[in-house]
Amino acid sequence: MKFAALLDTLRRTLAPERVLTAPEDILPYGFDGTATLKQRPVAVVFPLTAAEIGATLRLAREHRLPVVTRGSGTGLSGGSVPTAECLVVCLVKMDRIIEVDTANLILTAQAGVITQHIFEAADAAGLFYPPDPGSMKISTIGGNVAENSGGLRGLKYGVTRNYVMGMEVVLPDGSICHLGNKCVKDVAGYSMRDLFIGSEGTLGIVTEVMLRLLPKPADRRTLLATFSAMDAAATVVSAIIAAGIVPCTLEFLDGRTLRCVEDFAHVGLPRDAAALLLIEADGHPAAVADEIARMEKICRDGLATTVRVAADAAEGVRLATARRSAFSALARLRPTTILEDVTVPRSELAGMIREVEEIARRHDLQIATFGHFGDGNLHPTILTDERDAAEMHRVHAAMGEIVDAALSRGGTITGEHGVGLAKKPYLSRQFDDASFTLMRQIKQTLDPAHLLNPGKIFDLVPTDRS
Amino acid sequence: MSAGQTNLVPPARSDGPAASLADLDYSVLQQCMHCGMCLPTCPTYVETKQERNSPRGRIALMRAIADGELEISRAFGEEMYYCLGCLACTTACPAGVDYPDLFETARAEIEAAGVLETPKRNTIRAVLLRGLFTRPRLLRAVGRLLWLWQASGAQTFARRACLTRLLPADLRRLEPQAPTMRRRFSHQIVSPVEKPAPPAAPVRRVAVLTGCIQDLAFSDVNRATVDVLLANGCEVHTPAVQPCCGSLHAHNGDLATARELARRQLDLINPADFDAIISNAGGCGSHLRHYDHLLSDDPAYAPRARAWSAKLRDIHEYLVEIDFRHPAAPSSGADAAAKPQLVTYHESCHLCHGQKVSQQPRAILRALPGVTLTECKEATWCCGSAGIYNITQPSTSAWLQQRKIDHLNATGASVVATANPGCQLQIANGLAVSSQSSTAVEHPVVLLARAYAAESTR
Repeated sequence: MKFAALLDTLRRTLAPERVLTAPEDILPYGFDGTATLKQRPVAVVFPLTAAEIGATLRLAREHRLPVVTRGSGTGLSGGSVPTAECLVVCLVKMDRIIEVDTANLILTAQAGVITQHIFEAADAAGLFYPPDPGSMKISTIGGNVAENSGGLRGLKYGVTRNYVMGMEVVLPDGSICHLGNKCVKDVAGYSMRDLFIGSEGTLGIVTEVMLRLLPKPADRRTLLATFSAMDAAATVVSAIIAAGIVPCTLEFLDGRTLRCVEDFAHVGLPRDAAALLLIEADGHPAAVADEIARMEKICRDGLATTVRVAADAAEGVRLATARRSAFSALARLRPTTILEDVTVPRSELAGMIREVEEIARRHDLQIATFGHFGDGNLHPTILTDERDAAEMHRVHAAMGEIVDAALSRGGTITGEHGVGLAKKPYLSRQFDDASFTLMRQIKQTLDPAHLLNPGKIFDLVPTDRS
Repeated sequence: MSAGQTNLVPPARSDGPAASLADLDYSVLQQCMHCGMCLPTCPTYVETKQERNSPRGRIALMRAIADGELEISRAFGEEMYYCLGCLACTTACPAGVDYPDLFETARAEIEAAGVLETPKRNTIRAVLLRGLFTRPRLLRAVGRLLWLWQASGAQTFARRACLTRLLPADLRRLEPQAPTMRRRFSHQIVSPVEKPAPPAAPVRRVAVLTGCIQDLAFSDVNRATVDVLLANGCEVHTPAVQPCCGSLHAHNGDLATARELARRQLDLINPADFDAIISNAGGCGSHLRHYDHLLSDDPAYAPRARAWSAKLRDIHEYLVEIDFRHPAAPSSGADAAAKPQLVTYHESCHLCHGQKVSQQPRAILRALPGVTLTECKEATWCCGSAGIYNITQPSTSAWLQQRKIDHLNATGASVVATANPGCQLQIANGLAVSSQSSTAVEHPVVLLARAYAAESTR
């Protein structure tokens, strides 16, 4: 076997049971949450410390075996899908919450801790970790940092980046860096931690993160409004933003998506609606009551067919949880579910949605749309069958047109899923000036051997194979 | 959503059981879009944190076999028997993957390929699956012998004299876990036909399935099932000798025997004669409901199997459906006055995940005078019993058992209610050696029957 010597050394360096090579063991690491991408790795290792990762990277570099870092494998752009002939470094066994520092409102955790567990640990201390990606029940915080994940609360609370105070990261040469600290203000040198947030495992392996926490909002209420047309929902969203209200979440589901979600979650969504807005306000009870009342009125004025305020917090949580299942629930309709992640300035939402519908019609495709309306992040989801070559050809054409439509409206090809493999063909369309070169120069500088997640985000010709 | 009534529905099954993974309708495999939402609910994944031990990982292996990328190997066989078959993944799966079908097909294919065969395993399977659990009279005879051993004091003597040390290691481990046999089995305490006490006239006609372990070790549950049905206006038919439902066989890769047992069941009980067919064991009910799927390729039995599945009800589900009478509190001052009781509910996997019956047992418990229902953490997690999993995978089973017992004890409840004989044994065995060994384990209908009985002592 080609890498037998390397694998022997890895078994000695880590532990035999933390180096997987049998086909039955490694085959399930050939994919993540992204449709149609599949590649078997050479081996999968489970390090427990940054030092073990450093040693692993040095060995991999020596044997010229690329390394793909992985958490729970729920990514939606192929970021953790193995490249041909690679070593998967899986961090799920580094799953310790190291500290909840209530004096500084900072939680420190290893990269493999599940996002939900971070939320719960903060909650237990009366604090709040806001980023809530759809897969938070199983996604790891390391993966969230690598992808700079968003979530339902992005509108008011921002995304993962806004909560990372510091990190421990292992560089491609195996050296270990500590970036950032517990200080609220810190302008010493470049903000290096920001370079690694959203770097999709191409620059280093984040092993530990220091996260900023907020005081827990005293109150939270949920509003559900349905519409007989998508335009009406989009107009209401614009009206809410224009009224100066920043709800915690402002989610949108089209009719097809809401029916799939209802089929799975049975939370009482009206199956006949063409569009649904799920709105959550949080904060001081008086402010929440005021915002909910104003938004209720805006919905009614905006021709909502029904408007309902959730009875209690438990119902609100059930509705938000149901919404998080939207992408997977859509898989009920067709064998292959391809998720897009384009984002446009909020003023462009209604137009963008109409354009997606038009693209679907033009290519004779089923496209369901849901997303985070409040922050302009759309998830048009193409329902198809990867075994139907003719239809897949139309799918690719439609994906290109959706991307172009978003870019022409001043948008981005990906709001929260990352570029990975799935969006790689479109990145150069968005960066048509020196910025594309700048990005590649950074990769070239930090990882000249192209050891970490090569071929993700963009392609690069290796110049250093030492 | 009305309180106490679940609105979950079991996932639709695909058409007809497949002979092999390659023969499966490929869309069943493709239904899994590997989003990973199943991972945190899968006990074996949580134990090892390795993808292969997760639902999504197992489906990937099955798909690789269907695609010809992987052979049916011993490792694959071991993996599919490491799966508890608890079906927690089916509740978590937004995409609606038909995991039970995949699981049963995979295990059947593993048995057909013989990758796990050893002389010992073959003997155990032959004795248990095809010998004992296809012959209800023989099973009762064995149960009677076991009762004699337990009731005569021989067991106690053997344990005290340390004679059990003479047993082979496997048996020595299992001996204390063996269910305690009842002095009287179901047919000795339930008549084939029972009618509500006059003047009440029956308004419904139901058949009660007595199960195998339930019949021998928990015949009181069967008696209570009949009692609560009688109390709610049902004429109750309980055939004295009933075949095993076949769930043990289907889950262990012997679909042929499972089909044969289903046919015998349909020969014995014609669904057309009843308003409902009642199961009181979560594991059996989950399998019994799917006779339509199991026999869909059998022209002689398919129509009857469809009628059967349409009428099959879990006892809790049925009681809520017919709006069961809530028992009145015994009058104060009476000896039988309902004492305040803290009860917690452990959900049988195949009742909550397999049959999606989750709120109804709680509705029954809440209706009991004096009872306060307190929820335990991870109520829907497997207790490690999982059919014969505690025999085949003792260490994972013991880990799950301890995790369950810790959560149950944390509630401070004096009664654990659960509706499956395997769970009842596993939890009782776990509690017996825990700090709260006085906690009772009871089926919800036993508690309900007791509450009805206490009424009449007013």
